[in-house]
Amino acid sequence: MPQSRHWIVRRLSHLDGILLALVLLLLGISLAVVASASGQSPARISGHLVNMGLALSVMVVMANVPPHLLSKVGPPLYVAGVVLLIGVALFGEIRNGSRRWLNLGVMAFQPSELLKLALPLMLAWYFQRNEAVLRAKHFLVGGALLLVPFLLVLRQPDLGTALMLGASGFYLLFFAGLPWKAMFGGAALGAASLPVVWGLLHDYQQRRVLTLLDPTSDPLGDGYHIIQSTIAIGSGGLFGKGWTQGTQNQLDFIPERTTDFIFAVFGEEFGYIGAILLVGLYLAIVARGLTIAARAPTQFGRLMAATLSLNLFTYVFVNMGMVSGILPVVGVPLPLMSYGGTALITLLLGMGILMSVATHRQLNKT
Amino acid sequence: MLLAPQIKNLDRELARFHGRLKTAAVFVALLATALLARAFYLQVMQHDYYIQRAESNRISLVPAAPNRGLILDRNERILAENYSAYTLELARAQTRDLEATLALVGQLIEITPGQLRRFRRLLAESHEFETVPLKSKLADEEVAILAANRYRLPGVEVKARLFRNYQAGPGMAHVVGFIGRINDGDLKRLRAGGREQNYKGSVHIGKTGLEQSYETLLHGRTGFDQMETDASGRAVRMLSRIPPVPGKDLRLYLDAELQAVAEHAFGDYLGGLVALDPNTGGVLALVSKPGFDPNLFVDGIDPETWKSLNESPERPMVNRVLRGIYPPGSTIKPLMALAGLELGLRKPADSIVDPGYFTLPNSSHQFRDWKRGGHGVVDLQRSIAQSCDTYYYKLAVDMGIDRMHDYLAQFGLGEKSGIDLEGESSGLLPSRDWKQRRFKQTWYPGETVIAGIGQGYHLTTPLQLATATAMLANGGKRIEPRLVQAVRDPLNHIWQPQPAVVHRQVAIDPENLGVVRAGMMDVMRPGGTAAAAAAGAPYTIAGKTGTAQVVGIKQGARYDEGRLARQHRDHALFIAYAPAENPTIAIAVMVENGGHGSSVAAPVARAVFDYYLTGKRPGNMKREAGNAAE
Repeated sequence: MPQSRHWIVRRLSHLDGILLALVLLLLGISLAVVASASGQSPARISGHLVNMGLALSVMVVMANVPPHLLSKVGPPLYVAGVVLLIGVALFGEIRNGSRRWLNLGVMAFQPSELLKLALPLMLAWYFQRNEAVLRAKHFLVGGALLLVPFLLVLRQPDLGTALMLGASGFYLLFFAGLPWKAMFGGAALGAASLPVVWGLLHDYQQRRVLTLLDPTSDPLGDGYHIIQSTIAIGSGGLFGKGWTQGTQNQLDFIPERTTDFIFAVFGEEFGYIGAILLVGLYLAIVARGLTIAARAPTQFGRLMAATLSLNLFTYVFVNMGMVSGILPVVGVPLPLMSYGGTALITLLLGMGILMSVATHRQLNKT
Repeated sequence: MLLAPQIKNLDRELARFHGRLKTAAVFVALLATALLARAFYLQVMQHDYYIQRAESNRISLVPAAPNRGLILDRNERILAENYSAYTLELARAQTRDLEATLALVGQLIEITPGQLRRFRRLLAESHEFETVPLKSKLADEEVAILAANRYRLPGVEVKARLFRNYQAGPGMAHVVGFIGRINDGDLKRLRAGGREQNYKGSVHIGKTGLEQSYETLLHGRTGFDQMETDASGRAVRMLSRIPPVPGKDLRLYLDAELQAVAEHAFGDYLGGLVALDPNTGGVLALVSKPGFDPNLFVDGIDPETWKSLNESPERPMVNRVLRGIYPPGSTIKPLMALAGLELGLRKPADSIVDPGYFTLPNSSHQFRDWKRGGHGVVDLQRSIAQSCDTYYYKLAVDMGIDRMHDYLAQFGLGEKSGIDLEGESSGLLPSRDWKQRRFKQTWYPGETVIAGIGQGYHLTTPLQLATATAMLANGGKRIEPRLVQAVRDPLNHIWQPQPAVVHRQVAIDPENLGVVRAGMMDVMRPGGTAAAAAAGAPYTIAGKTGTAQVVGIKQGARYDEGRLARQHRDHALFIAYAPAENPTIAIAVMVENGGHGSSVAAPVARAVFDYYLTGKRPGNMKREAGNAAE
């Protein structure tokens, strides 16, 4: 690369144009929907813009970190995350009945968030190391690396995060070539152990699942959120009620409407056409991500790109499924749409890694 | 450098990876299809259902209570009106800790123990979701304090409410009555009458007096605002409205000034008075002493005040005019005399020699006249003027109890007058039948004798006496007494007169009536029993005194007013109309423990006549400031 070009231009050259366009489009839609959902509160909108600025910066930075450097961060980050999770189990702070937070004096911190990134990095690093010599034992080790944080988070208890964590680990194993036999065997085992798992679930977790099956059984409690969000989406119709015209939104009937339930606001105001467009944008991101994975020169890059893409879509599916009433209420934000700094930064951090994989095309020594 | 098998492995792994990518793409496509299918189901297939759910979420009907009608006296002086004030109310369901909230409110503004007691009583009577008033008529400062502290007072609401104000005071309480909070009994009645919907926004309902009997007119029709409300039930904006129809205003026949004069005329005495316009049946004054402050009841009375009112030996809550029943005593004599003439038992000139007592054949029991030694030679006119008992003992025996019953019944004794107030007593007009039914006993001749002078089983209300007196004044027309003269629709301001209800016209020979009236005029002239009360009047009064016994006097014993404790003294009665030649007012007065009718009750009537006929006020009565409607 010619040294004459300005360093900023050099840094920006690591961005993936298609991905960037899709991300900016979604962020633009998000800004409009958050504005509508917050009653056009200037504080909310400017807060959202600040979060976006921060997250986009993180994305640019990550896009410039070469994958081979990133892969080296995996093991220490993973070890640190697991140690912190054990710390949480021993000394964690209890909020809302579960032990998830680690008080670091200055701020409360959820180590499980760290693992969402550390686990795929660790596994990708591990499978890159064992590229071309893969045996069954590597998948056993990979499975163990997945199970340790998964079980630690599950017993906090935080079912939602544990499942998302489990999913991202599973995707990585899947892309690394986990044999179908192992997958079906595991699925059968899982199905057989379902009654046992049900027994291990906490009351409120059981209730969430039951409420999903019949929201009307608890219309003022847990069911209220689902009922109101499905009313919002359903009443939006084909074309929606128009921006800032959703009554369910404007009159406060949708709970958590700038964060987890933002899709209800979107569905009410932009209708089925809007929903098709939104899902289409997510699919485009996933398609781009899988394309990057297919073209990636290293095993680490391939695995990370594919896993991050699928991960993003999992969040989309779980959130929209929850808001439209086909999945239980688990506190998962809608990627790139929901208000909230941490989630946005984590997501664009992932996008940055995708871009890094896309733009660092030369093979590096491992 | 990689080894050859490893390169082979590498290729195989890469191919497998690409296969996995395709699988993943299919997986993602399936999930996306599921999401869009769900959205299609909700937004396209079920759209109609969900849009209707969203509409019923956002739209609520808020009842708009109508303004209650005013009650005005005949000169349009206001007796009951509305004013708007802020009240502090608690929504129990929304207070996290009721006691803590009450304590905090008590620190912020003054809450009296009485208000707290009342609040607890209302709380016990109310439903979970209702708001219960704690303090009404908040000062501006208190409203400001509560507003500033609203964030720490969940469930505490400051509401602007319409209140009823009865500025006419305790003297008018038995006429106007009061409104009170709607209770379970009221609700049940409203539901039974199909009127529940009309009270959706109402807090109060008429409980007594005109407020009760004219409830339907005064209340008006509740309107409904179609409001857009948010999830917490707060109204955001109005979509449409059916305006409430305000209640009708009532104008009375009653003259508040006359009422005040009458009340004042009682002095320290308790009792009842009712003055009627004999030509219309209009109630000109209706006094029941003591009264009470009706304002106490509007927002719920506290239990102790209620107890003291209810258990007071003076019984201020009882309307004596409607519900007080007393033996009519000698006030029955003009009707008895008329009955004697009309039934052909007496001629005006027939006279008796009164020895001062009467005995039934084959009996030694003496029915004594009130005057020892008797009245001497007494004809019919004189028997009224001097209230000769012996004359009526004999007349009663000649008439018999059943004819007496039938004749007096025509004058409304023993039946409800039909006044436009609820709770009226029908009194008791005895007969042979009645005694058989009531006691399963035969009628004794001695009972007929005392019935002739309005004693024994006879019981009348002052209102019945006034109605009968009005019939003597108007020539036998039985008109229902009416408080309300006209009703006004506040929207078009037109007074609609209320028609008089005439029950019957009793056919009376004018000559006979003339004799009785002459006797009643003689009562007020020198030589008559109430002559003193008429002294100096520039108009003629026709009247009759009476005494209602409180304690029985033993045979041979003497009633000595001076030696009896006041509460054992007889009740004084007086009926009259004036001007005698062309009556415009008929009155019945009952003074509790007033002794003879002549000394206490007749002067009360005189004061009322004076004011009504000449505008003259009692000398010692000051014209209250702001009293007049002019």
